[in-house]
Amino acid sequence: MSLERIITNGHLLYRLILRPMAQEPVRTGVTALCVSIGVAVVVAIELAGQASAGSFRSSMESLQGTSSYEISQVGGLPDEVFSELSRLREPLRFAPRVEGYASELESGERFPLFGVDLVGDLALHSEIQDGPPDLSELSQARLVWVSEALRQEPGGSIRLAIGDTVEEFKVAGILRDSSGEPDSAQRVALMDIALAQRAMGREGHLDRIYVEIPEAGDRDWESLIREHLPPGAHLDAVGVRSRESQKLLTSFRWNLRVLSYIALIVGAFLVYNTVSVSVVRRRPLVGVARALGMSRGMVRAGFLAEGLLFGIQGTALGIVFGKAMAIAAVQLIGQTVQALYVSSAPSEIVVRPWTMVAALSAGVGVSVASAWWPAAEAASVAPTDAMSSGRADVMIRDTRGPWALRGLACAAVSVCLCFLPAWNRVPYAAYGSALGLIASATMLIPQLSVASVRLVSRPLLRVLGVASMLGARSLAASLARTAVIVAALSTATAMMASVAIMVGSMRETLLVWIDSQLQADLYVQPERRLGESDLPTMAESTAETIESLRGVDAVDRYRRYAISYGGLPATLALADFRVLRDRSEMRMIEGGPWPEIVDRLVSTQSVIVSETFSSKHGVHVGADVTLPIGDGAEDFEVVGVYPDYSAESGYILGDRGVLIRYLPDTRLTGCGVYLVPGADAEATRAEVVGALAGKALLVARNRELRENATAVFDRTFAITYALEGVAVFVAILGMAGALVTLVIDRRSELGVFRALGASRGQVRSLVLTQAGLLGVMSNLIGLALGCALSVLLVKVINKQSFGWTIQFHWPVAFLLAAIGVIFAASLAAGVYPALVASSSDPSRVLREA
Amino acid sequence: MPPAVLRFRNTSKVYPVARQTVAALADVTVAVARGEFVALVGRSGCGKTTFLNLAGAMDLPSSGEVQIDGVSTGSLDDAQMTQIRRERVGFVFQFFRLFPTLSAVENVELPLQLGGLPNPRSRAFDLLDLVGLAGMGGRMPHQLSGGQMQRVAIARALGPSPPLLLADEPTGNLDSETASKIVGLFRKLNAELGTSIVMATHSMENADQAGRVIALSDGRVVSDQATGPGKPRG
Repeated sequence: MSLERIITNGHLLYRLILRPMAQEPVRTGVTALCVSIGVAVVVAIELAGQASAGSFRSSMESLQGTSSYEISQVGGLPDEVFSELSRLREPLRFAPRVEGYASELESGERFPLFGVDLVGDLALHSEIQDGPPDLSELSQARLVWVSEALRQEPGGSIRLAIGDTVEEFKVAGILRDSSGEPDSAQRVALMDIALAQRAMGREGHLDRIYVEIPEAGDRDWESLIREHLPPGAHLDAVGVRSRESQKLLTSFRWNLRVLSYIALIVGAFLVYNTVSVSVVRRRPLVGVARALGMSRGMVRAGFLAEGLLFGIQGTALGIVFGKAMAIAAVQLIGQTVQALYVSSAPSEIVVRPWTMVAALSAGVGVSVASAWWPAAEAASVAPTDAMSSGRADVMIRDTRGPWALRGLACAAVSVCLCFLPAWNRVPYAAYGSALGLIASATMLIPQLSVASVRLVSRPLLRVLGVASMLGARSLAASLARTAVIVAALSTATAMMASVAIMVGSMRETLLVWIDSQLQADLYVQPERRLGESDLPTMAESTAETIESLRGVDAVDRYRRYAISYGGLPATLALADFRVLRDRSEMRMIEGGPWPEIVDRLVSTQSVIVSETFSSKHGVHVGADVTLPIGDGAEDFEVVGVYPDYSAESGYILGDRGVLIRYLPDTRLTGCGVYLVPGADAEATRAEVVGALAGKALLVARNRELRENATAVFDRTFAITYALEGVAVFVAILGMAGALVTLVIDRRSELGVFRALGASRGQVRSLVLTQAGLLGVMSNLIGLALGCALSVLLVKVINKQSFGWTIQFHWPVAFLLAAIGVIFAASLAAGVYPALVASSSDPSRVLREA
Repeated sequence: MPPAVLRFRNTSKVYPVARQTVAALADVTVAVARGEFVALVGRSGCGKTTFLNLAGAMDLPSSGEVQIDGVSTGSLDDAQMTQIRRERVGFVFQFFRLFPTLSAVENVELPLQLGGLPNPRSRAFDLLDLVGLAGMGGRMPHQLSGGQMQRVAIARALGPSPPLLLADEPTGNLDSETASKIVGLFRKLNAELGTSIVMATHSMENADQAGRVIALSDGRVVSDQATGPGKPRG
């Protein structure tokens, strides 16, 4: 094609397609806004997901310099390991590390605390902003260096709760920001390793030793180091833990990502609707243009260009909105990540080039794809057909039967898809099934719309009058527009309903589980925790003190260790099953009766595992799990699988009496206190608090922990509701736009209606009936689709992603409220179009139409 | 002279067009008597539709007065104008303007329901009988011919028994044979029901079927003369 020809075609496209867009700024603006909100949600979730997941890496790894390996051991490495390695006459550099968390008492902020070798590791001195520390002071003063975000002044004092103790330290200086991110909000503290060991009750133990090897040469350093490690110690490449955490986050981030795309799908429906309306309205013009020699390709290109423009406008706006929304979302996602995965504070939000490319592909791709069908339809129509009015609606009415059949076929395929397994722990087939169900509902909507309008038009006539009946009939006749709007709103409603059912089911399941889990009367544990991987400890003497109190029957001592199993993070937990045996009964998914399981646990090398661990690693009763303890590989038989909803990584739970042989550290993560029958719980609690005065310990009744867990759960799922809320908002916005279009397209009918004696109020009620019917149809279809999707979410996606078995629960009150709100919003969306319709002058309308 | 069902007194209507005003009607004084069948003729843009809009309480004059069945529209609010359209005027349009989603009988029923009249369904069927469409009430508009659609539109306009029927180019979209039948129907209704009819038309042949022909040019009445059959009845 010659350049001249391209320019001519470009002019034609501009005049016939793009100029009309500019002449309808409201319609164009609303559609672009809907796309932009969809893109913004996708961008926001991606940015917030990166920030929440990335912060763990930045805080823990920024201090490790150029190390290649890390040595660790479940329960800690003895100091002697470091001493022996340091004596090696090799060009290797070893950096010991103690890691934990501390809380600043005044602000309550909790952050990572590192113990590092400030005397031997001079490279660390460069991390300190105000120059190297005075080493002579280290042995006498209790010095701590803090990051700028903790807002402390050098020379001042700071009170930190570490484990079960509260101590005062002197702020020796401020740490240089090594995260590499601008305006880092990273909170972290650092002290000399000897002081940190004392403060954390870890005397004689290290959590990690980093190893730096020479850059040049090809010696097998790994083997050399291994030769000098005791049994049970592990040598891994640096960053393994972070990668494991990231891997664990994959499913969580995928689920959020998929939810975020719902708003974009709703936006896509609206682009489809807008371009369809353009096709219907400009059909006579297209006919004339075709009669004058315009090719099918040019017609198609013209309408695709309209979709492309919506995409470009929407994406540009969406990226700007997205960054703003990410700031709000990062807090919500950060809470979830902390509660279920790793202990970290969200890092900064950074828009990277590939995020922009992804947003552009999503926004523009979805818009062009949505415009494809109407563009192809416009191109396929013969000039004579195009010039005859009213054909579009007739065509759609005629094809609703075949579409309904396609919808049923699509639903059947979707149902089959949900039986396929996950791939790499991401349930792609199930996502496809969800998308298929949405598509099948969309294909069934024209048939369902006509059937429901037929059903209600007579009752409407009787109850609300002729205007409402006419509105209903007119709605059914405008399927080209209404079907897509119903599809958009019902998709948003369905997602909201399905997520509500899933979350409601999880919440109910969690409450039942908590009841079975929290059977002790009181729980004692270090006061604060940042999240799942923050495991502060307390001295065992605390349990002994409690045991000696009047009214206390027994104390269950428990301890948790973060371990790595099968390349994923997991938690190894020790509990006192001799105490639990007669005082509580855990519900088991697999395994024999509770007393038998307890007998095995206390007398043999056996463990029980959580359901999430079982499904992640394919471990069931009778199998052996090899734990990285003792000599580094101790086999334990699995004698039971129990439900657990506290963390996605999964638990291996064994008897403390058995496991302490391999993990001799007697410190505890917490303890459960059983009272003698008839003892006053509140009075005993007061007694325990009194006995533990001065320690940073939390003494809570089981009811309080239950309430706390529920609150954490509700916070955790706030983000999902926010996402669905945005999708509903986009759909409602689109509905208002579509109703205005409907009013404009049907203005001659409205003019005749007025000429026949209809009042302005009757015209308003006609449009409001249409809005209300759209809301009711969307609600009903959305609710039915939502129920189907909720089964998919609870039984398939959730199970494949996280491994949790959830009992179905219908949050009836929430669903009714949500439906009510969506219906009210639908009516509200009809108010402006109703005013537009009723304020038009019938004589003018009839003259122009 | 019988009392006028429609009276224009020094009536003008101007529209703003590109920062100027254009007079669609200029100082028109006309009265249509009860039972009279008037044809309104003139070229496109002469003011016929504007005349009908004012006559049908669809619009208000810029100056002068319009009285419909004795009620002056100048001081009426929107609700009162609606009431006039509902009770005293019937409209027939060139392009039929039936509601495509309603059947023939439902279209006829519509103004009866708007006016809250009793037994709208049976009256609608009676009216369809009157216009020669007995047995076709259940058909949808797209199942009817042009002439049949216009008959439905006429039946719809007659629903509330208005004293005045306004028809804007009712035969403009029909072949000559069908057009002649439609005008014949108007004459029959005028004669049998006594409904006053004002029919805008391009066709002098059709206009000659009315009792009086008013010719408009540039918004002014340029001739007003009685012809044959549709003269006012005393």
